[in-house]
Amino acid sequence: MQKRRFPVDLAALIGQSRATMADTDKTPLSLQDMILRLHAFWSEQGCLILQPYDMRMGAGTFHTATTLRALGPEPWNAAFVQPCRRPTDGRYGENPNRLQHYYQYQVILKPSPENLQELYLQSLVEIGIDPLVHDIRFVEDDWESPTLGAWGLGWEVWCDGMEVTQFTYFQQMGGFDCKPVAGELTYGLERLAMYIQGVDNVYDLAFNNHGVTYGEVFLENEKQMSKWNFEVADTDSLFEGFRRAEEECRRSLEAGVPIAAYEQAIEASHLFNLLQARGVISVQERASYMGRVRDLARGSCEAYMEKNADQWAAKYPEWSK
Amino acid sequence: MTDFLLELRSEEIPARMQAGARADLEKLFRKQLDAAGLKAGEITVWSTPRRLALIARDLPLATEAVSEETKGPKTSAPEQALEGFLRKTGLTKDQLTERDGVWFAVTEKPGRATKDVLAEAIPAIIRAFPWPKSQRWGAASLSTESLRWVRPLSGIVAILGEDLVECEIGAVKSGYATRGHRFHCPGEITIGSAHDYAEKLRACHVIVDHVEREAMVRDKAKAVAQAAGLVLVEDEGLVIENAGLTEWPVPLLGRFDEAFLDVPPEVIQLTARVNQKYFICRDAAGKLANAFVCTANIEAKDGGAAIVDGNRKVLAARLSDARFFWEQDKKKPLAQQAEKLSRITFHERLGTVADKVERVAKLAEWLASEGIVPNCDPALARQAAELCKADLVTEMVGEFPELQGLMGGYYARAEGLPDAVADAIRDHYKPVGQGDDVPTAPVTVAVALADKLDTLAAFFAINERPTGSKDPFALRRAALGILELIALNKLRFPLGQALSVADSSIKLKGARLLVQRDGCSYHEQIEGAVAFFADRLKVQQREAGVRHDLIDAVFALGGEDDLVRLLARVHALQAFVGTEDGTNLLAGYKRAANILKKEVYEAADADYTREPAEQALVDALNAAEPQADSAIAAEDFTAAMAALASLRGPIDAFFESVTVNDADLSKRASRLALLDRFRAAVHKVADFSRIEG
Repeated sequence: MQKRRFPVDLAALIGQSRATMADTDKTPLSLQDMILRLHAFWSEQGCLILQPYDMRMGAGTFHTATTLRALGPEPWNAAFVQPCRRPTDGRYGENPNRLQHYYQYQVILKPSPENLQELYLQSLVEIGIDPLVHDIRFVEDDWESPTLGAWGLGWEVWCDGMEVTQFTYFQQMGGFDCKPVAGELTYGLERLAMYIQGVDNVYDLAFNNHGVTYGEVFLENEKQMSKWNFEVADTDSLFEGFRRAEEECRRSLEAGVPIAAYEQAIEASHLFNLLQARGVISVQERASYMGRVRDLARGSCEAYMEKNADQWAAKYPEWSK
Repeated sequence: MTDFLLELRSEEIPARMQAGARADLEKLFRKQLDAAGLKAGEITVWSTPRRLALIARDLPLATEAVSEETKGPKTSAPEQALEGFLRKTGLTKDQLTERDGVWFAVTEKPGRATKDVLAEAIPAIIRAFPWPKSQRWGAASLSTESLRWVRPLSGIVAILGEDLVECEIGAVKSGYATRGHRFHCPGEITIGSAHDYAEKLRACHVIVDHVEREAMVRDKAKAVAQAAGLVLVEDEGLVIENAGLTEWPVPLLGRFDEAFLDVPPEVIQLTARVNQKYFICRDAAGKLANAFVCTANIEAKDGGAAIVDGNRKVLAARLSDARFFWEQDKKKPLAQQAEKLSRITFHERLGTVADKVERVAKLAEWLASEGIVPNCDPALARQAAELCKADLVTEMVGEFPELQGLMGGYYARAEGLPDAVADAIRDHYKPVGQGDDVPTAPVTVAVALADKLDTLAAFFAINERPTGSKDPFALRRAALGILELIALNKLRFPLGQALSVADSSIKLKGARLLVQRDGCSYHEQIEGAVAFFADRLKVQQREAGVRHDLIDAVFALGGEDDLVRLLARVHALQAFVGTEDGTNLLAGYKRAANILKKEVYEAADADYTREPAEQALVDALNAAEPQADSAIAAEDFTAAMAALASLRGPIDAFFESVTVNDADLSKRASRLALLDRFRAAVHKVADFSRIEG
């Protein structure tokens, strides 16, 4: 992949971002403009701009562009928006900060570039956050996903005390050492937009600059989906779905299609989250279900490695599984 | 002599790791100097979130030349030995020196330039650095052997005098350049030497000395509170953490909505401190104020208005969550909350938390009605115990587990329960570890004691005892808590009995294990539990300066599980063995015990005229024994020791002038019996054979 990275001169950028110009005409970025700015910025840095994965998942990290592409030696640079579903966080549209469906903006850069922090800060300037007006801090927060068998070191990035991004150097994925290490940025889009627009309620966010709010797009969705997650979803078919996903994952692994197997791990993980929201998994069972999801994810990652190891090793002699 | 500067620049180092990293950097650096035979003057170590720095003063420019002497064979040794030695040293015979008939090889090792030593030392220090967690990064991480650091290492400044110490590790090369504040001075700055380092950074908005930053946080946080007519709640942990998160700390005061002050102050403080690292303030009357102090890392263009406003919003969101929990929780009385405890497993073999609560309630009631906890209303003890765990299922404790107990107390008061009950719910986890407050209010004592006794009895019943460093159910802490509650409140009861009462309520899946397990009787099981207490008591008393052998000496008497009496005995014993009388009595005791150990005899009455010293000992025992007995019955152990002290003179005189091993067997037997009687008298207070020295 051809990369064309601009030299980073944060000093030159500070105080001169396009967003500060937006400040002068008193129109802060809408949610969709913010996404477009981030797309433009990361595209300029050589990232592929991908679209969301077409499955229900709890975090952008589940996207194959992150999980599977974090494995192996090949360079990989991508950015995308991923809708995330966290059934237990649903509040029937009544809480101004909590949603069962929200957007993450995810950037994955492998190997992690030397100037990753500077690039990230530059992206904040791009969307209107002046680091000489706002207090931006990197606060220790190591990341771990027991269901993906993954961990990394990094920070949560604070803007005036609010966590706006998770910044992680992946060390392991699916139980395998990341060689090389990928840097992952996960921006909380609604939070950032609320911040930039000075809005206290997520449903008041300007989705665009033509009068459509986030509430008009998503409030009804939150109400209905909260009800479904907590009250309606048929638990028998969720349990059945979980078992089917496990079985399908196994069959796919046997058939040598690890990407398909991994999709079943994503499916099982979300069904597990739904079962939790329905309150039908006891504390004792919880660990065992998580272990089952982890086994699916790890098994898929292992098969994915297996399938590609020879060609990777041929292309990158210093790499080994 | 010259000074050396080392700066290791990286992406943000977690605040909590910085103090350890400073100590490690100094230690590793000193180790490298020692290995090279270099000595530095003063060594200073600093840290910021983005750099570790070390300055070593007065380093010599080179290590000293040393000559090493290697001993060879004797001059009289065969030629082959000398040839071997020459091969080994690489010298010729005329280069050797001879002393006292032995060949010596002398090799001169020239001094090395300090710069060269350092150039090797720096990569070695970096490779050996013991970060609690470290990572790989970048293109080099294609191999797992690549350099590890706490976060990516981005630069090294290494200057000896004014000369660059050239070294390279990973993709990082040493140089003169570093960077200033991330936002105020993002460009490179060039350091000349150790002397201008701190000042050049200061000019670039970086205070490299963490102690100075800590003082800035401490003083300015206080000052902004004062300027608002408030008093800062000091918190040294927060000072250090905020100094570890900033290179240019700027404390700013913000306000939050007064309406949040309905929420208990502990909740507000915890939310502010743990989640946001804010200080909180009190008003002149000492009440929690609706203000917080956050520490920014920049001198903001707008004076910090936007920063304060942003932080206020974040805090408001968190506090409104907390207030929501507080209000939701108050809607249900604790008794109703407690019903949910039957859904929470306490331990798979010990049933639910509701089961535990019922056991604790029964035991607390018993402790009160038996008068073991004096002046305690049994009904209140039961009520408090029944509600003591109810807050575990509240939203607030779900969010902030560290508020367990405290929230229960608040909710109890809010629903109008008696203060004694609310206090007992609040404090029944106490004491948590040494140094924590030990409850004294009767209802609280009953519940606190019952909770811990139940925990201990329950886990002993399923044979889950602490082993080595493993104590997953914190049983040692529970035992220590029981000991402190008993000692401070002078609670008089046989511990073994209390444990069997606790045990009697435990319904296990399967048989009750305390009754019959491993062929042990129920009695033996309880004794095992009491012995566990004895161990904890020794640890606790050792820390209080009591000799463990004295505790052993008292425990060895057996049958004592009234800890208050036991401790009184131990303390009297400790005072006694420290006196001259005590030391001599112990010596006399040991002599008697040694003789008795060796001799076999059949007890016999004396049918001969006793020698004077022998008779004197009999008389002394006749007088001392009843005195000691009545003193012990009155639990006046000091008086009992004094009675025994009267035996010291007679026993010394006895050994002085009486032959125990007399040829006359009846005399011998009688004297041995007398010594045995003396030994038994001493054993009334303690088993002196366990006393060391």
